[in-house]
Amino acid sequence: MAVIKVHGSPLSTATRRVLACLYEKEIDFQFVPVNMGTGEHKSDSFLALNPFGQVPAFEDGDLKLFESRAAANYVAHEYADKGTQLLIPGSSKEAAVLELWKEVEAHQFNSPSSKVVWELFFKPFLGMATDAAVVEENEAQLGKILDVYETRLTQSKYLASDNFTLADLYHLSNVQCLLATPAKKLFESRPHVDAWVKEITARPAWSKVLAMMKQ
Amino acid sequence: MAVLKLHGNPLSTATQRVLACLYEKDVDFEFVDVDMKAGEHKSEKFLSLNPFGQVPAFEEGDLKLFESRATTQYIAQEYSDKGTQLLLPGSNKTMAVLQLWKEVEAHQFDPPATKLVYELRYKPFFGMTTDSAVVEENEAKLAKVLDVYEARLAESKYLACDHFTLADLHHLPTVQYLMGSSAKKLFDSRPHVSAWVADITARPSWTKIQDMVKQKF
Repeated sequence: MAVIKVHGSPLSTATRRVLACLYEKEIDFQFVPVNMGTGEHKSDSFLALNPFGQVPAFEDGDLKLFESRAAANYVAHEYADKGTQLLIPGSSKEAAVLELWKEVEAHQFNSPSSKVVWELFFKPFLGMATDAAVVEENEAQLGKILDVYETRLTQSKYLASDNFTLADLYHLSNVQCLLATPAKKLFESRPHVDAWVKEITARPAWSKVLAMMKQ
Repeated sequence: MAVLKLHGNPLSTATQRVLACLYEKDVDFEFVDVDMKAGEHKSEKFLSLNPFGQVPAFEEGDLKLFESRATTQYIAQEYSDKGTQLLLPGSNKTMAVLQLWKEVEAHQFDPPATKLVYELRYKPFFGMTTDSAVVEENEAKLAKVLDVYEARLAESKYLACDHFTLADLHHLPTVQYLMGSSAKKLFDSRPHVSAWVADITARPSWTKIQDMVKQKF
């Protein structure tokens, strides 16, 4: 059986997205660290795996993928029978609701949350100065998005359905980083969002990803 | 059979993305114009279709969707037997290659391209001043993305494979706007990208949408 490989860095939110999926599916894989400090992600050998020079890159035998959500989506489909069911099986209509909430993560949540994570989580870690104006603007935007989530999570236990799916999983990386910053107030002030955040970040598979970071 | 309804604005790139898919699939639908100038997309009625207050919104019977790329994926799947085959059926591995190039459009191409459309097309149209620093920054970003596309399109006729798929379709609205701006040089200067742009924008389904857009102007 072909070996699954993830080339990345445990600090990278995108790498963690793929790792979370692999742990949920209980699939063996090989983690190949990419030294971003030395610019390894811009080397010729890495660019052969991801021409955009970004982590992670993913391999399953002959199949080479990049873009964390493409890799996670592939794993969820190919290994549908293993571990946690991360999809909504059934009709195209039921699958469409999952697609919708995956797109919401990608096109509504991802951009402002990533900017806040960069300013409040990564910049201090790297000894760089936070831009308060950027934080204010993006926290405001994120607040509006989380208002929609608050309403949704009163009607549905998880974003796409009453089960944990890829739509929730895709949020884990940025949510975890935000919890370590003052921006966590955005979750705490919205009871259903707060409960959902606590629930998804307490999943055993996610704890395994966090344990990797500590190494 | 339930009527398909698309609520949107023909000038909106996201609305055009779904229109392109509906025309490629040869599926009948009702277009419901949303008067954005009057703020209709922020009305209670529209927010019940898309709580983010953005066009388009889509209905088919009980199914309500928003996010253009979720909508096109649904249509391409549900009507896979009709019109153009926009997916890469076969195996999870072939579908993964399609997914990859759809993600590339969403996360690599769309951010700088959309900023350029805003600066070079939207702002002048509404009498606002273009920010040349933003243009320069995003043209540089888009150029790097298109270098990857140039290499890819030297090996593959279309982005995901040798036929037109959703991965190519998702680019149409933004590419079309940029080809009517100074940013067209980024496409023209890369032979494989340029050929791909000429090919996809010449598709009959896309021409129908251009006619709709011209009527709005």
